[in-house]
Amino acid sequence: MINAVGRELPEKIGNYIVKPYAGPKETIQAEHTVCSRRKPSKRTALGTKLLPDLKAAIKATGLADGMTISFHHSFREGDQIIVQVLSAIKELGIRGLRFAPSAVVNIKNPSIVDFVKDGTINRIQASGIRGELGDAVVDGLELAEPVILRPHGARPHAIETGDLSIDVAFIGASAADEFGNCTGQIGQNACGSLGYSFVDAICAENVVVITDNLVDYPCVPISISQMYVDYVVKVEQIGDSAKIGAGAARKTKNPRDLLIAQRAADVMAASRLFKDGYSFQTGAGAISIACTDFLAEHTEKAGIQASYALGGMTANIVEMHKKGLVRALLCSQSFDAVAARAIVDNPNIIEIDNSMYANMFNKSCALNKLNFGVLGALEIDVDFNINILTGSNGEMMSGLGGGPDVADGADISIVTLPIVRGRIPSVVNKVFTCCTPGSSVAVVVTEAGIALNPKHKSYDMLKEDPKKAGIKTVSIEDLLKIAYSLTGVPKPIETTDKITCIVEYRDGTVIDVIRQIKRD
Amino acid sequence: MEIKQTAMVGTLESSDIQISISPNPGKGLDIQLQSVVKAQFGDSIVATIKEVLESFGIKDAIVEAVDRGALEWIIRARTQAVCCYATGTKFDWKGEDK
Repeated sequence: MINAVGRELPEKIGNYIVKPYAGPKETIQAEHTVCSRRKPSKRTALGTKLLPDLKAAIKATGLADGMTISFHHSFREGDQIIVQVLSAIKELGIRGLRFAPSAVVNIKNPSIVDFVKDGTINRIQASGIRGELGDAVVDGLELAEPVILRPHGARPHAIETGDLSIDVAFIGASAADEFGNCTGQIGQNACGSLGYSFVDAICAENVVVITDNLVDYPCVPISISQMYVDYVVKVEQIGDSAKIGAGAARKTKNPRDLLIAQRAADVMAASRLFKDGYSFQTGAGAISIACTDFLAEHTEKAGIQASYALGGMTANIVEMHKKGLVRALLCSQSFDAVAARAIVDNPNIIEIDNSMYANMFNKSCALNKLNFGVLGALEIDVDFNINILTGSNGEMMSGLGGGPDVADGADISIVTLPIVRGRIPSVVNKVFTCCTPGSSVAVVVTEAGIALNPKHKSYDMLKEDPKKAGIKTVSIEDLLKIAYSLTGVPKPIETTDKITCIVEYRDGTVIDVIRQIKRD
Repeated sequence: MEIKQTAMVGTLESSDIQISISPNPGKGLDIQLQSVVKAQFGDSIVATIKEVLESFGIKDAIVEAVDRGALEWIIRARTQAVCCYATGTKFDWKGEDK
C-alpha cells in the first residue's frame, strides 16, 4: 500500500501491523484508556529502597528474558548509566530484551551493537539510533524485529496505549534521596530537565533510580517523586560531566550558517504573529542557536516580550529570559550546562514532561499552541517532505527528536539548512527517508533563497508578511535547480527488501520505512 | 600523451579530492576511487576523471582518487593539474576560452 506521502509500505512487517500515514488530521480520535503497569508497593511502609548495586536492583525488579527496559537520553554522549545497566544485565545472563530509551546516543566501548551481538538486546525502539548502532542497523544488524523510530511526542502515546509496555525503567539522576525523589537539576553531573522520564516513571511496572549523588531526604527539587520509584542505586559515576554539556554551546562563526539564521529570524519578525506574547522553539543546532540570538535582537528592537520558549533549552534562550525578552521557558530537555542549571534558580524556567511538550493525544500539549518552530534537516524535497534521519549513503545521521511534532504543532514551521553540504544536495527531488510530511512545513530557509509552501495552512499570511518586509522568496523548484546545478543529480540509494527501521509519525501511523542499504 | 612521472595533487580536506597518477604502459586506464559520496556520485566522478584524461590524450595510467565530496569543477581542475605534472606539460589556458 502507499501512504499519504507516497511511500510504499507492506501491510504487515513481522507482527507489526502497519497503519499508513493518512495525512494531517483536524480532529483526533483516540478511545483508549491510558494504561500504566504501576503497582502498589511490594515493600513494608518504610522498608528501604536503597540497594547495594545494580545487580541487586535488577534482580529485585524480576527482570527476565524478553522484557522491555527504558532509559532517558538527557546525559547525551556523557551517559554512563546505560552501559553499566546493560553490562550488569548481561552478567546476570538475562537475554532478548527490548531496549526502549527515549533516544540512543552514540555510546562506545562497549557500544549498543555489542549488546545486540551478544544477545542481551534483540529489539530496539527509540526516537533515534545515532552512531554505531544506527549504521549497523541500516546495514542489516540482526534483530528480532525492525527498529521502531518515534518522534518525541509519539513515545508517551505509545507507552500510554500499551504498545510500548515497560517492565523496568532505569532513570539516571544527578541527585536522588534514598526514597527515590530525584532530579537532574543539581549535582556534579546535572543534565537539567528529566522530561523524557516522567512517562516512564508513571507507567513502568518497575522504576529504578540510579544516581552518583545521594542527598539527604528530601531531595530538592523533586523532579520525579518517590511515589513512583521502587528502588534506588548509588553508583560511582553516572556520566562524564564534560560530555553531558560543558558550558554554553559556542556560537557559530560560519558565515553561511549565520546568514541562514538571520534570514529565518527575519521571516519570524516579519510575521503578523510576531507581537507581544508570541512563542517559539529554536533548538540546538548551530543555525538554531544563532537564530535565537537574531530573534532576541528583533524582539528587543520591537520592544515586545515572548510568552514562552519551548522544548530543548540552550544558554542563549536562558539569556533571553534574563533580559526579559521571554517570560517563561518550558524545558523538556536542557542542551547545555547553563540551561541545565538554570531551572533550579528561576521560577519561570520550568521542567516539563515530554508528553506535555509534544504528545498530541493528551488533553493538550504546549507544541500545539506554538507560533514559530525552527527545524534543522538533512534533506527536503520538492513536496517539502523532510528527512532528518539518513545521510547520502543511507547511513543513520541523526534522530527524529521532536522535529515532526514541532512542524505539525507550530503555526509557522521554518526549516533551516544549507543548500548543499559538500557535494550532497540538501534540496532534492525526493527525500530518502520521509520523517516529517511536507504539508506541515511552512518555510524553507537556505543561503540560496527562501521558499514558502503554498500548501501550508499558514500560506495566506506567509505570502503577504515577508513581502511587506521586503523579504524575497523563490519556489522550492528554484532551490532544487540551484542545488543540482552545484552537485549534479544524485543517483538513488539502492536498498534490499529487508526493512530495518519503521518510522512512525507523531500520530502513531507509519510515515516511512528504512530498508537495508545495498553495499558493494 | 604519455605519463612521464608519477604525480599527486589535492588534499584530504572536506570538499577536495586527492588524485595520484602513475604509468600503466599498454594496459589502459585503471581508475580507483574512494569517495564519501560514492553511492550517489561515484559514476559521475569516474566519468569526469576519464573525460579529462582523454582530453590530454592519456590512454594508459593508474589513477587513485580519494574524494572528500568535491564538486565537479574541483575534480576537473585537480585532474587537469595532475595530468600536467605527470606529462610534464603546461596547461593550455587558451582552450578555456573556446
